[in-house]
Amino acid sequence: MLRLEARPQPSRAMSLASPLLALALTVVIAAILFVVLGKDPLRGLSMFFVEPLRTVRGLTEVALKATPLVLCAIGLAVCYRANVWNIGAEGQFLLGAIVGGGVALYVTTHGIAAPQWAMTPVVLAAGVLGGMAWASITALLRDRFNANEILVSLMLVYVAQQLLNWLVFGPWKDPAGFNFPQTKTFVASTLLPNLVPQSRLHVGFALMLVLVGVFWAFLFRSWRGFQLQVGGLAPDAARYAGFSSRTALWTALLVSGGMAGLAGAMEAAGPLRQLTPHVSTGYGFTAIIVCFVGRLHPVGCLFAGILLSMFLIGGELGQSRLGLPNALTGVFQGLLLFLLLACDTLIHYRVRWHPAPRRAAA
Amino acid sequence: MNEIALLIAATIAAGTPLVLAGLGLLINEKAGVLNLGAEGMMLVAAIAGFAAAFHSGNQWIAFGAGAAAGMILAAGFGVLVIWLNTNQYATGLALSLFGFGFSAFVGVEYVGKKLGEHVQYAVPFLADLPFLGPALFKQHPLAYVAMALAAALAWFLYRSRQGLVLRSIGESPDSAHSLGYGVRWIRLAAVVAGGALCGVAGAFLSVVYAPLWVEGLTAGRGWIALALTPFATWRPARVLLGAYLFGGVTMLQFSLQGAGVQIASQFLSMLPYLATIVVLALISRNPAWIRINMPASLGKPFHPSS
Repeated sequence: MLRLEARPQPSRAMSLASPLLALALTVVIAAILFVVLGKDPLRGLSMFFVEPLRTVRGLTEVALKATPLVLCAIGLAVCYRANVWNIGAEGQFLLGAIVGGGVALYVTTHGIAAPQWAMTPVVLAAGVLGGMAWASITALLRDRFNANEILVSLMLVYVAQQLLNWLVFGPWKDPAGFNFPQTKTFVASTLLPNLVPQSRLHVGFALMLVLVGVFWAFLFRSWRGFQLQVGGLAPDAARYAGFSSRTALWTALLVSGGMAGLAGAMEAAGPLRQLTPHVSTGYGFTAIIVCFVGRLHPVGCLFAGILLSMFLIGGELGQSRLGLPNALTGVFQGLLLFLLLACDTLIHYRVRWHPAPRRAAA
Repeated sequence: MNEIALLIAATIAAGTPLVLAGLGLLINEKAGVLNLGAEGMMLVAAIAGFAAAFHSGNQWIAFGAGAAAGMILAAGFGVLVIWLNTNQYATGLALSLFGFGFSAFVGVEYVGKKLGEHVQYAVPFLADLPFLGPALFKQHPLAYVAMALAAALAWFLYRSRQGLVLRSIGESPDSAHSLGYGVRWIRLAAVVAGGALCGVAGAFLSVVYAPLWVEGLTAGRGWIALALTPFATWRPARVLLGAYLFGGVTMLQFSLQGAGVQIASQFLSMLPYLATIVVLALISRNPAWIRINMPASLGKPFHPSS
């Protein structure tokens, strides 16, 4: 009989191998799914793992979509390490897009002349503040009223989406936009400069790489980061040491809200150049998967973000080239997280073969 | 007068899926398991139910398909959290994300499809009563099943021996284990039962309430159902009350619009979510109140130390 046996210590190697194992299992299930759908499994898989990486254009698109995913995920990593269950990064992302995009729209409609090096940072900073403000509602209700942050942060996603809808269907609608729910296109001075010519990849990608380093230092080389993690791992020990759980709660939510807001503002002032009801294609939710697959580690989140970005692009390619439904991406994302959690069992347990005990003859 | 009767009827209809899902999650939580995958289970059940109704033309087959879909997903979740001791928050979240993706994937072919004729239901004789008839007695049969279920669950939890065992497992799995109860199997049974009810709720949404399929049809109702259990301080009758309260808030947006109130529809659509947040904040304000009522082992893994 196969049995699970507790390891004396959690396995470090397994903790790194588990995401790879989960990915391998996802690929196997994906291949089976392609066969069931009557498609060539190799061609199907190549849409996800080969095609996005073959051209410069493909690579820049992978980097472009990885940027918001990684930004949201490193913020969530801080939250989850502090045992604060913010699952509303999607809403904080939308508020970042609304506030950042709002500033860009104001500059556009009022014809404010300002150089790009001055205006773009203002737009991004506004996005950060928007995301932080939205997350602070969750923090406040948790802090003052003990309201469950999972449910509050999630409910706020729906509220944020309706707020965005109201703005782009109502007061912010472009009068010359043929009644489409969208704002004016932002003026060039508010937009993010391109990083690679002839592509949509903007400097936000470079900023994201820098922030991955900053978050690594914050989590693993700073006193505040250490306090935060002790509070998550051992609340009693943290209390005994005098680390404030309230500070940890506010820090975690403001940091993750700010990162999600930054990602939202980048999306508005980057590839989109305007606000529409579909600013986010679920980046805030996908980032939760990125965060877990990346082992709640900023560098891990970077790799996981690139992987999940390939999933997103693979889904689009599968739709346009093989006629597969784009929703397939969501299936693979969910499967990956599910399988990852199952594989994580192997960090704390090992599988042992126990010969069935011989029964005495009755 | 007649409008009020119709508003009450609409409130009950909107509250029914919340009653079903809320009671299902109550069973889970009474056994000590928190399933954040409610939204995902409801979505997959909604498309399973819709597809079954579309091909069979029979609502009851659709509810069965929804229940089966909910049970399968709940069983998967249960094995992970009960035997492999994975984090209940993360696993439930994974189930919700998976359910969203999977239902959207399966549902692609069913977007824009229509189900057969909408049947009008009426309880004989009672439906002819003035006011009370249109308000209470013209509901889908499942609305009455949901009400009866709340009563049955209250009896089961507080008046039957099995209910006592279930609650003891939620309060103190170690004591229940030492008395010889199979904590893990009973928890799994509770999780699967909860999945079945969430499944019926999802199928009700897509087959009776909507009745159509769109991506993300449940629109957060699984999460609202999760908020119902602390709101109800884990009591079945109060789940019923809370569900109708939220159903009423959902209906309020339509009646306000109908009354010509000059508010953008988007703000009215926010109401159910804002109401959930406000109610959660009010109900959680007193930590002691929650602590007394919440099953003591909720969300905590159980390791049998035999």
